[in-house]
Amino acid sequence: MTKQRLKARIIKYFLQSCGSLSIIIVLLIFLFLFKEALPFISEPGIGGLFHSVWNPVSFQKEEFGLLPLITGSVLVTLLATLIAIPFGIIGAVYISEVATAKEREVLKPFIEILAGIPSVVLGFFGLIVVAPLVKDIFGLNTGLTALTGAVLLAFMAIPTIMSISEDAIKSVPIIYKEASLALGASRIETIWKVIVPAALSGIVASVMLGMGRVVGETMAVMMVTGNAPVVSFNPFTSVRTMTATIAAEMGEVTFGSSHYASLFWVGIVLMLMTFVLNLVSYRVLKKYGMIDK
Amino acid sequence: MNKKRTGEKIIYWLMRGVTYSVVLFIAYILLDILIHGLPAISWNFLTGFPEKSGAEGGILPAILGTLYLVIGTIVVALPLGMFSAVYLTEYSKQNRFAQSIRMAIVTLAGIPSIVFGLFGLGLFVITLNFGSSILAGSLTLACMILPTIIVASEEALKSVPKYMREGSLALGATKWETIYKNVLPYALPGMLTGAILGIGRAAGETAPILLTAAAFFLPDLPTSVFDQVMALPYHLYILATQHPEAQKILPMQYGTALVLLLLVIGLNMAAIILRIRVRKKYKW
Repeated sequence: MTKQRLKARIIKYFLQSCGSLSIIIVLLIFLFLFKEALPFISEPGIGGLFHSVWNPVSFQKEEFGLLPLITGSVLVTLLATLIAIPFGIIGAVYISEVATAKEREVLKPFIEILAGIPSVVLGFFGLIVVAPLVKDIFGLNTGLTALTGAVLLAFMAIPTIMSISEDAIKSVPIIYKEASLALGASRIETIWKVIVPAALSGIVASVMLGMGRVVGETMAVMMVTGNAPVVSFNPFTSVRTMTATIAAEMGEVTFGSSHYASLFWVGIVLMLMTFVLNLVSYRVLKKYGMIDK
Repeated sequence: MNKKRTGEKIIYWLMRGVTYSVVLFIAYILLDILIHGLPAISWNFLTGFPEKSGAEGGILPAILGTLYLVIGTIVVALPLGMFSAVYLTEYSKQNRFAQSIRMAIVTLAGIPSIVFGLFGLGLFVITLNFGSSILAGSLTLACMILPTIIVASEEALKSVPKYMREGSLALGATKWETIYKNVLPYALPGMLTGAILGIGRAAGETAPILLTAAAFFLPDLPTSVFDQVMALPYHLYILATQHPEAQKILPMQYGTALVLLLLVIGLNMAAIILRIRVRKKYKW
């Protein structure tokens, strides 16, 4: 009997340590980002990160200002979100309230496919097809702009926004709908004035999750935004995001140099941004019972 | 009243239009890559080595490299994710420890893939001194897909009804015997769905392996887990953006994109089909 107890206890501890692995990995990620980033504080000093020029490879003066990278990411993310919101939300409403059951069965897996397209393939498509289109439509010198990146990223955010908004809409109690219809409201009025407002917090959370995905996206954005680290809020200029900077420059740095450490600072800023976006949307979704506790 | 009806119809059609424009966009991407990619694919392309820095020849090393990375990833991530899910659904109580595990899973799922790359570079490549290698890349990807596998496995375990456990326990089986013989077998197909989705994601990711495993051109196939590898997504990235004659080798790029796309979408479709079949098979 005691042998059996021992065995049960060993199994429990084994499973428990597997369970805590996620916590360990998250802690390790923070630890290693800071470990590699730390040398930057003593040389050349943390104040350098707040400059407005990113010019890490230079014989005269190396500059590690994160500002252009942050504005690049923010610009692309905001544009992408603006494009994705109408498609995502209207799509979610259509799929959950208007489409027939059969239509739904086809539409949902199809949108899921979009979520599965590798970002490097999307970036390749953007480079070959979307960028020349943007160049011609707006009469620009180059099609590699913040807008091009935003269009592609919008399509990466749409599946996230759609599927979570749909869950939010589905979780609205049916009596709301029935009460509204019984009072004489039409179906459209019921959808936009009763159901969508009732599901709004879940929809907002879905948009934030989509934004989290967009901020962290690397390959597509690196291939089509033109990679110019300048502070700009013009969608028709080339920009460079934080993710693209890490991916493009990490291959060429000397390990342990200031440039190397500064890229880990970029990673830390990026991680904190996505962390906040995810945390807030998780809290909202949990509060409204859309995630099991 | 009639006027209102027509107005409503117009709005429905507008909504339909918006939804289907997304579908059209997806279809356009798929068709564009299929139409331009198919002519590039030949037996030689799939089984040959790259020549003239990727301008001619095949992509066999990249296909195999992606395969090695994915196998390494799943071998690490699947058992850990499964056990983790078993702990969460069958053993843990509703306490702070379980809460923090869940918080960690959500956090992990939201971390950008390039940050996983930085982490893998710092921990596996440099600190543990694995170098840029299959091992470092697989471990990095495993950390990345762990949340996918845990969440899917949990869902599969939860869908096995309580009486399956109670019956077994009432007959005198221990907790682990119950889980091992009466719960896991029924949850396994659902868990595999998560595993396939994870594989699909790992196969398509570029950013993490950029920093931990991938090389653009290697004359030989890797011989151990400590070797660098070529990989499909990285190969496509280099051909499309870094190659000096990127414009001239479009067929090679489209071919690589198509192979990668078929691999990833194939895996995702398999997961979707498996999920539907599992739901039909086990209606409790």
